[in-house]
Amino acid sequence: MNVCSSGTQGIHIEQDVVLARQMARKLAQDRGMRLIDLTKLVTAVSELARNTMVYGGGGDMDWEIIEDGARTGLKLTFRDEGPGIPDLKLAMTDGWTSGGGLGLGLTGAKRLVDDFELDTAPGAGTRVTIYKWT
Amino acid sequence: MERIPILQMGDFLLVTIQVDMHDQLALTLQDDLSERISKTSARGVLIDISALDMVDSFIGRMIGMISGLSRIMDAETVLVGMQPAVAITLVELGMTLPGVSTALNVERGMALLRERAYSQ
Repeated sequence: MNVCSSGTQGIHIEQDVVLARQMARKLAQDRGMRLIDLTKLVTAVSELARNTMVYGGGGDMDWEIIEDGARTGLKLTFRDEGPGIPDLKLAMTDGWTSGGGLGLGLTGAKRLVDDFELDTAPGAGTRVTIYKWT
Repeated sequence: MERIPILQMGDFLLVTIQVDMHDQLALTLQDDLSERISKTSARGVLIDISALDMVDSFIGRMIGMISGLSRIMDAETVLVGMQPAVAITLVELGMTLPGVSTALNVERGMALLRERAYSQ
């Protein structure tokens, strides 16, 4: 897998969630992603960036434009140094929430992208990586 | 402070969301709307989201809350103008907006509001 370009967007305040969405939209648009996939990606970014801010206490979104054979795509990693997720199985249950949300953030975001990786441990922060191919 | 404008048209309130909302802005809209419904005795609220290219679970929840809240205050809410890609994404996300009335565009939404408000 080749990385063509990369960068980082900080996620510390609410406005950064909007900036992360706009950044993902621009990157995907530049790669010619079709509207439905673009909308799904931006929505997933919104959910994950909000999680980083609210539950992780802020963090970063790393972006990479990747090439894998004939296909190009976007790889986005949301990382924070927050408390981590103690019960992964529970967190990946539709409708379960530790905060005031609907519990659709993680599970919903997973459904909206092509690949989804979650790496977390209590006290060790959380890292969510998503892939969307154009 | 940044705010989303609420217009009054007779017995109805009209909200057109045209900016990429951050969470606090969505919450402010919710508060402003409940206050305006109470102050104007509005019978209905029309929310136009045709300019929104994304609705996530937070905005979806806000729409559901506004709808429930206005119903308790004797006003109907109709959501109009959702883009097809947004609708597909919302359903895939797991949000079907139960209890929220929708219409394809502003014209049909207003017709629906009138019908409901004056048939009682």
